[in-house]
Amino acid sequence: MKRNILEAAKVIRSKNAGPFELTFDIIFKTRDYFEQFKSQQIINVKMIAGLLKIDESDILSIIWFAPANAVKITIKRPMPSGAPGETDIYGAQQHAPLLAIEF
Amino acid sequence: MTNNEEFRVLSPTAILGYGFPESSFKRGIERQPHLIAVDAGSTDPGPYYLGAGKAFTDRAFVKRDLRYMLKAGVANNIPVVIGTAGGSGASVHLQWCRQIIHEIAREDKLSFKMGVIPSDINKDAVKKALTEGRISPLACVHELTENLIDETTYVVAQIGIEPIIEALEAGCNVVLTGRCYDPAVFAALPVMKGYDEGLALHMGKILECAAIASTPGSGADCALGILKKDSFILEALNPKRKFTCESAAAHTLYEKSDPYHLPGPGGAINLEDCSFTDIGDGRVEVKGSRFEKTPRYWIKLEGARPIGYRSISIAGTRDPIMIAGIDTILAEVQQQLNEMSGDNDGSQKLFFHVYGKNGVMGPLEPLLQTSSHELCIVIEALCPTQEQADTLCSVARSTLLHYGYEGRISTAGNLAFPFSPSDIKMGQVFEFSIYHLMDPAGEKLFFTSIESFRNGQKF
Repeated sequence: MKRNILEAAKVIRSKNAGPFELTFDIIFKTRDYFEQFKSQQIINVKMIAGLLKIDESDILSIIWFAPANAVKITIKRPMPSGAPGETDIYGAQQHAPLLAIEF
Repeated sequence: MTNNEEFRVLSPTAILGYGFPESSFKRGIERQPHLIAVDAGSTDPGPYYLGAGKAFTDRAFVKRDLRYMLKAGVANNIPVVIGTAGGSGASVHLQWCRQIIHEIAREDKLSFKMGVIPSDINKDAVKKALTEGRISPLACVHELTENLIDETTYVVAQIGIEPIIEALEAGCNVVLTGRCYDPAVFAALPVMKGYDEGLALHMGKILECAAIASTPGSGADCALGILKKDSFILEALNPKRKFTCESAAAHTLYEKSDPYHLPGPGGAINLEDCSFTDIGDGRVEVKGSRFEKTPRYWIKLEGARPIGYRSISIAGTRDPIMIAGIDTILAEVQQQLNEMSGDNDGSQKLFFHVYGKNGVMGPLEPLLQTSSHELCIVIEALCPTQEQADTLCSVARSTLLHYGYEGRISTAGNLAFPFSPSDIKMGQVFEFSIYHLMDPAGEKLFFTSIESFRNGQKF
């Protein structure tokens, strides 16, 4: 029986990392969840590319950050911040697809 | 330096002009800080503010925040360092903030010596660096060209701690800088006094957002950093907040692409061996942060260039038939407009932001069907001139208002406008044109000009 990520995570957010990159943070509720997600590679390039509807090559990094029990996913911004057609200058509301992660 | 020595830094607010409670600031001053420092800027609000030379914070509140800082700094002989003046840190922003400081000095009859450090980079110097292969784009950034440099309104560099140290060594009580690496305003003075650069910069990285890194977080409240020989301690100055290991570590992730390596002028903070320890009373102690110099001293350049003018119109629809067919309707309206303005060479762009459907995520929105009973449509026209943008916005609005879409039964008008006039001129539009590293090849680029005030009068 698959469970939703909200059981394991207490923060799921997105934000610009400079005007040309977008970064997502998932902060887990406990070290156990962090270790489980990390060791099972539940969050990986293929899954993120599928959820965000982007090419795998646009995922710049997935970094597991133990001091915060967190994983950080950084992608090439769909367009530079403020470019024609922009919808989210700060990039702070692009996290919703990650709420569908199951484990 | 002995193990007992410490250097206390008061960070009043996340961005100058965001405000802070007077009570928190007073508590901070009671802790007898050795430095009051604030970061005043960011690229987050987008390319307009740098490109147009405008502040993104409110003048009245910038003045309010500065008055507290300057009065307390002068009265208690605490240096005050302000980075990225005016939000984007170009010369025009720097002058804007400098004028506010002059006003406060006059009104409160303050005596101090101020160092002002512009961080604009001459375009010819950038072109020369480009020719000589001393320019490198950051990740995901286009290659720089001479044309892009020419079209950029202001080119600024993020300065590091060195120019600030120079100003402080010259005896300045107040230092105001152009674009500045956020942590540098907090780290310059302690590094000058012999404290570890890695710890000082990491502390600055957290203090630049003030109480955002505490819990519950706030961008409009003060925080205190206590730098020691081998660690630093974070302390909230409002009894409602505290620092926890989680809040401090989580903040280390914020707005960065790699939490272990935080690059800045001349090097990076390495956090691979960093530890966060709860030491009680809402305080967290951080150890193990190291500064690692890069072989070349790179500085980051930023600039934006004008790309046209924008007009928008805001409207809503409550019609279920229109909502069901909205994608087709907007595509057909777009098509009709293209046909009407036959001379469009692609320079006139029209966007529909459809809130309630995919206004926030655009083409990346995973939900294809909206379940909303009403939609907000923002019509955006982006054209080479304001007149063209006004025309395109107006015609798009009138065409959509009366468009006879398939199955329409509400034949009196398709849009609900909350405002008259319905169309808004948004003025000039910019895009980031420079976001590149430059190696100054050893050339000194940043100089302090000093001005002194006695009882508010320049002398």
